[in-house]
Amino acid sequence: MPDLGVILKLLFMVVVVMAALLPVITWVERKQSAVMQDRIGANRADILGIRLLGLLHPLADVLKLFGKEDVVPLGANRFMHLLAPVIALIPGIITLAVVPFAGVYDFGSGPVSMVAADVDWGMLYVFAVGSIATYGTVIAGWSSNSNWGLLGSLRGSAQMISYEVTMGLSLVGLFMCFNSLKLQEIAQAQDTTFRVFGFLQTLGFVHALPRWLSVVRLPMWGILLQPLGFILFLTCIMAENKRAPFDVPEGESEIIAGYHMEYSGMRFGLFYTAEFLEIPVIAMIVATLFLGGWTIPWLSTQRIVGPLTGEIGVGAAMGLCLILQVFSFFAKVIFMIWLQMQIRWTLPRFRYDQVMDLCWKIMLPLSLANIFVTGLVILAIQGLSR
Amino acid sequence: MSTAALLFYLFAAMTIVASLGMVLNTRNTVASALSLVVAMISLGAIYVLLDAYLVAAIQIVVYAGAIVVLFLFVVMLLNLRMDVFPAARSRLPKLLGIAASGWGLWMFLRLLPGSLPAISPAPEGFGGFRALGTELFTRYVVPFEATSLLLLAAIVGAVILAKRRID
Amino acid sequence: MLVPLEHVIALSAVIFGIGVVGAVTRRNLIVILMSIELMLNAVNLALVGFSRAWANPVGQVFVLMVITVAAAEVAVGLGIVLSLFRNRDSVDIEEVSLLKW
Repeated sequence: MPDLGVILKLLFMVVVVMAALLPVITWVERKQSAVMQDRIGANRADILGIRLLGLLHPLADVLKLFGKEDVVPLGANRFMHLLAPVIALIPGIITLAVVPFAGVYDFGSGPVSMVAADVDWGMLYVFAVGSIATYGTVIAGWSSNSNWGLLGSLRGSAQMISYEVTMGLSLVGLFMCFNSLKLQEIAQAQDTTFRVFGFLQTLGFVHALPRWLSVVRLPMWGILLQPLGFILFLTCIMAENKRAPFDVPEGESEIIAGYHMEYSGMRFGLFYTAEFLEIPVIAMIVATLFLGGWTIPWLSTQRIVGPLTGEIGVGAAMGLCLILQVFSFFAKVIFMIWLQMQIRWTLPRFRYDQVMDLCWKIMLPLSLANIFVTGLVILAIQGLSR
Repeated sequence: MSTAALLFYLFAAMTIVASLGMVLNTRNTVASALSLVVAMISLGAIYVLLDAYLVAAIQIVVYAGAIVVLFLFVVMLLNLRMDVFPAARSRLPKLLGIAASGWGLWMFLRLLPGSLPAISPAPEGFGGFRALGTELFTRYVVPFEATSLLLLAAIVGAVILAKRRID
Repeated sequence: MLVPLEHVIALSAVIFGIGVVGAVTRRNLIVILMSIELMLNAVNLALVGFSRAWANPVGQVFVLMVITVAAAEVAVGLGIVLSLFRNRDSVDIEEVSLLKW
């Protein structure tokens, strides 16, 4: 039986994401697009006259979807028709098990790591679970017994399995830099800073860096070590989500609603939830890998806990640090959600052949080149600093 | 019996049921493919229970996540809906085939107990990606590179086979 | 080890047997290909079991090779199925048995 700590951490992640973040994200989508497009957005839903700026719209959406009739098309496979949105939803939820929302703290009885499942192969688990999500798209269109559905399903499945390849390869450079697949370790490795001009000393141009130059330090975040990896990974994982400019499978103006056309009521609600659930999951993974996760830039855990331990004791210092770092994590998650919304409402939809060209002809060679250059640089640094 | 051993037998049962479902399902090809996915995922779980973590992840990513999707893709592309074939000439080869493999399996299972050497304990980090990666890139780097050539040949072959003929 | 090695190998043998029955009995070419994949999976399970029992990573390295070969074989096999379907409009193997005795 898993112990209480694991269950509590898992509950925290699932409850925070599904109950707190998810409704707000549907509101954010409407309001952010409205602000970008110079209109007001949805703000009519109210309870007894209290409007709350449109924050009640997610509730109105859910109530509406529950009230709709469940239509299953004639000749469709009923079991698979029901199974597809469930398969689309579950991988998003179970990815939350390996995301660290805070660091490793020692309250006095041994280190406690704030991840539900602190496994050595965390990112492999994320890839594996992401591959299962493909089946939701594959089965949905086929089981609908409709031409548009089949077309959307074919496009969606081809797009998803293509972008999985580049998704994995674009992260290999990051794994080489941080030497680990464990998300908690990758976040911890980003807890330090590095001297910006340190390369001058490594390459041998100066014997020792002067003090005024070595003060300029940047946090050792993944995005600064692997900028190309960040861009590639973000593109690929947004293409996996079939959102942003990559929503050809559900292209509204081309194939009506694509693979989830024959879904109504809460079954469509499940697809909708799955798509919007992936947004914070993507935000969390990108924040952990590239934006330093729960770390606060320039304030490593040691620098916070050290001075405070003398004042208020180890336990309280660790607790305060925990709260600060959880806030830092969610601040980065919110930034990434905002960024994804910006991208979605700015770029027009790609054509299907443009989507596939982008993956196989542009991003795959770029990710391989990224691996190659990263390996060279790491070898050079190791060789020169001997 | 510990929880993990119980989980092993549960996943073993699931694998057998799913593979039987795949083989015996004559009406719906997509349902066969989905049973295959269930079989592969439960095999992945068994690999995790046998300490082969990297192999389990690759099994799910490659097998369950790409190969069976490819099967489903072809089924959907060709729109193979109902598995209705005219009756075969004779049912004898089918029955003989089932009888032969059943007999072979029974003989094997009879001879199995007591025929295997003793078990050695596993070192720390066994089956993790670090240990396996080290082996793969040092002792077995030639087969590793050879499989990449094999994949290149397969890609070229598949593209040529699936291309529409330019008549 | 979690369970006796005999149980792992027995499971592998049973899955292999089911795969053989599928490959020999069924007429749908795609199901035959899937049965072959099942046989390969059974072999992988045996390899992983032995690798764990004797603490030798070579078994798992071989499993990675088998998975790669299986992926390549599926790609080419499905290409063949596509070409066959375009020519004969059927994936029934009884229809493509001209060279049978």
